Amino acid sequence: MDQLDRLESQSVAVFREAYREFKQLAMLWSIGKDSTVLLWLARKAFFGHVPFPLVHIDTAYKIPAMIAYRNQMALEWGLQLVVGQNQEALATKQTFPDGATDRISCCKALKTNALNGTLDASWPRWILDHTTQTLIPDPNPTPFTGVIVGARADEEGSRSKERTFSPRGQHHDWDIADQPPEFWNQYKTDFKPGTHVRIHPLLDWTELNIWEYIQRESIPIIDLYFAKPGTSQRYRSLGCYPCTQSVESSAMTVDDIVTELRSGKFSTIAERSGRAQDKEDGGLETLRREGYM
Amino acid sequence: MVERMNVVIVGHVDHGKSTFTGRLLADSGALPDGKLESVQAWCATHSRPFEYAFLLDALKEEQAQGVTIDSARCFFKSSKRHYIIIDAPGHIEFLKNMISGAARAEAAILLISAQEGIKENSKRHGLMLSLLGIKQVAVLINKMDLVGYDQSVFEAIKLEYAQFLQSIGVKPAAWVPISARQGDHLIGPSDAMPWYKGMDVLSVMDAFHKEKPLSHLPVRFPVQDVYKFTQHQDDRRIIAGTMVSGELHQGDEIVVYPSKKKSTIHRIEGFNVPSSTTVGPDRATGFTLNTQLFIKPGDVISRIGEVEPAVGSCFRANVFWLGKQPLRVGRRYKLKTGTCKVPMVVTHVKSVLNSAELTSTDSVNEVARHEVGEIVIETLKPIAVDLVADHPIMSRFVIVDEYDIAGGGLFIAKDDHPHLPPIELEMDVQSAIDPGLRHTRLGHRAGVVLVTGSGGVGHHLEQELFELGLFPMRLEGLSPFALPSVVTVANALLTAGLVVMVVTRPEYVGVIADALSPYDQLVTEDPTAQTIANWLA
Ligand SMILES: Nc1nc2c(ncn2[C@@H]2O[C@H](COP(=O)(O)OP(=O)(O)O)[C@@H](O)[C@H]2O)c(=O)[nH]1
Ligand SMILES: [Mg+2]
Repeated sequence: MDQLDRLESQSVAVFREAYREFKQLAMLWSIGKDSTVLLWLARKAFFGHVPFPLVHIDTAYKIPAMIAYRNQMALEWGLQLVVGQNQEALATKQTFPDGATDRISCCKALKTNALNGTLDASWPRWILDHTTQTLIPDPNPTPFTGVIVGARADEEGSRSKERTFSPRGQHHDWDIADQPPEFWNQYKTDFKPGTHVRIHPLLDWTELNIWEYIQRESIPIIDLYFAKPGTSQRYRSLGCYPCTQSVESSAMTVDDIVTELRSGKFSTIAERSGRAQDKEDGGLETLRREGYM
Repeated sequence: MVERMNVVIVGHVDHGKSTFTGRLLADSGALPDGKLESVQAWCATHSRPFEYAFLLDALKEEQAQGVTIDSARCFFKSSKRHYIIIDAPGHIEFLKNMISGAARAEAAILLISAQEGIKENSKRHGLMLSLLGIKQVAVLINKMDLVGYDQSVFEAIKLEYAQFLQSIGVKPAAWVPISARQGDHLIGPSDAMPWYKGMDVLSVMDAFHKEKPLSHLPVRFPVQDVYKFTQHQDDRRIIAGTMVSGELHQGDEIVVYPSKKKSTIHRIEGFNVPSSTTVGPDRATGFTLNTQLFIKPGDVISRIGEVEPAVGSCFRANVFWLGKQPLRVGRRYKLKTGTCKVPMVVTHVKSVLNSAELTSTDSVNEVARHEVGEIVIETLKPIAVDLVADHPIMSRFVIVDEYDIAGGGLFIAKDDHPHLPPIELEMDVQSAIDPGLRHTRLGHRAGVVLVTGSGGVGHHLEQELFELGLFPMRLEGLSPFALPSVVTVANALLTAGLVVMVVTRPEYVGVIADALSPYDQLVTEDPTAQTIANWLA
């Protein structure tokens, strides 16, 4: 078994453990490359099926191609899709693009709060109706007790310290200074009522591993990651357009991206360097303690 | 494709683990562009001296206190392979985090400060590595700059610590004198210590070897789940799990433990994989069978003719305990081993080892936090595992207390004679009626008949006793979990003057008899109603 085989097997085992232990299980789906690999690994784990819903938090500022791609994939693969949104913050224009808040507060409102309200079913949420191909209000929203998230340890400091099964308190808070032990493939699968567990099958994967795996498995991926012919701009990481910069690169295929990460210009530049909210002192750790993914 | 290895960095707090890791990342060019500069700039604006440790101690609390709280994963590569370096905390308070990090590693680097010498957690971490099954350990004597790069300091610590490692069965792969802060001997030779002729740390790491897959051990496939996605129009009934050791092939005759049911592998299943008729160790996989057996998560599949696993409900084990509450005899926990999850009790603590001093104490009833103990475990149902001498992975377990993993350990032997602790009544009863008056009214004395056998025996006897005019009541105490309740109820019924039959296992007779010692007792395998009636007349 090579490195990718090992990573795949470990992640599949984590998926199966989550599915066995959490009856109210969901997976976050941000449409980016990590979520795409996550979805593929779910199909590996369950022999072609995805036996739980995917939760997408729509900030309304996602690059529009992402939403189109999301709907197309969900219909094609028969996925259960749950969508959440902070409609109040959007209606009252309490966002960074509206000039009302800083980036961190905007992330907290549009992502963290929307995510928390969607997961514990305290906010309205929508599901994809495969017959009419439209989003309809979720007729019986129930809280999720296990949530699969595609965080990787190599992304930034607080993620480098994550557990595979990471408990969240009643207020979705993460007690980072007192995490329960986990070892020998035995995870925290028991939790107090009212709390939930975030499950991270990709912690040991690097950005390069993600692309190598997409390459090896020929996984379909959204084309925002590729430079269009005749241009030298592409996205390395996808998010909300006001806060995500494209990068200077003419990689047009998965092979190009793998080469660029292995030995090319990006082999020494951090992936999230294009994400503005990380630059604010302690920004991401603060967000993540409150429930950000 | 290049291989990857996980290496954990351990040792006493402040002996330089994070500094070492940060410096190694910096010197080997593993840091992203601008990272070092941005941490240096951060230190300047916050008027703090720069520490390489800040590259790893990313949490605000860690930086504020200058201490590592949780293990960090760092990715780096040498010319030989890729590494995940796990920088573990050294403070005793965070031993659970050290273990969470170290258990993922194939090799370990243990740091000892030349200035402070061997400290409590230098030893405790060494012991934990051996319990976690990490066989490759290199020892670095750090902060050599603070002792004038003196060879005799290095040799003295080496001599003393080598003796300790020998006593716990760890053979170090290398000893290297270093200065993490100055970068001596991390990568390349050092002018400061011409007397050292050995390898630098990076070469020591590259010389660690990858653990071989366990193909040579008997087939062990712990069943993680059984899937049938009928709602997705898929009728396959797939047994899913990860191969731990050995190889399985299409057409193999398999045995399921503990039930010992047999079947044959129909096909190895997978999604987007080239179809294969063989599957080996560490692979997450699944297969269909030729017959529809009832198989549960937690069962262990092997092949006919292979060495069988140890099947039983009573085991001797070594544990290390991390829980805030001590591990107590008689308390109910959840045992997780392989994919099996089952209620358990500790029936006996044979000895406890202080994990820093290695002094051992006998005859105690608990294993306190951060101690190591030898205990006897009884599970509610039989489980299939292996003993540590036979299998390094299948012998591992963890213990869950309430919601969290609170300890881990290794099965060392099967134990057919559980050493039950005395049973305490859950509730006592008092009666205003004199037992003699009850005797007169009921026509017989109160007494307890301990019948050994399995569930269901004694029904007939109970009826016969009733027909003979006695007032009998039958209870079953076949699992250690039931014993406290059974004894409590028996005590109440005996106070009420009845004949109580307790059906139990031979090994529990002693403790039940002790707990009910105020009453007349008869221990028998095959009692007749008439003998009992005569005895209690
Ligand atoms: N002089 C000297 N100081 C060191 C060396 N290595 C670490 N230190 C210092 O020792 C202190 C503790 O180091 P740290 O890496 O946080 O220790 P840890 O608790 O083992 O991770 C810091 O102030 C370091 O700068 C060394 O080789 N020489
Ligand atoms: Mg440290």
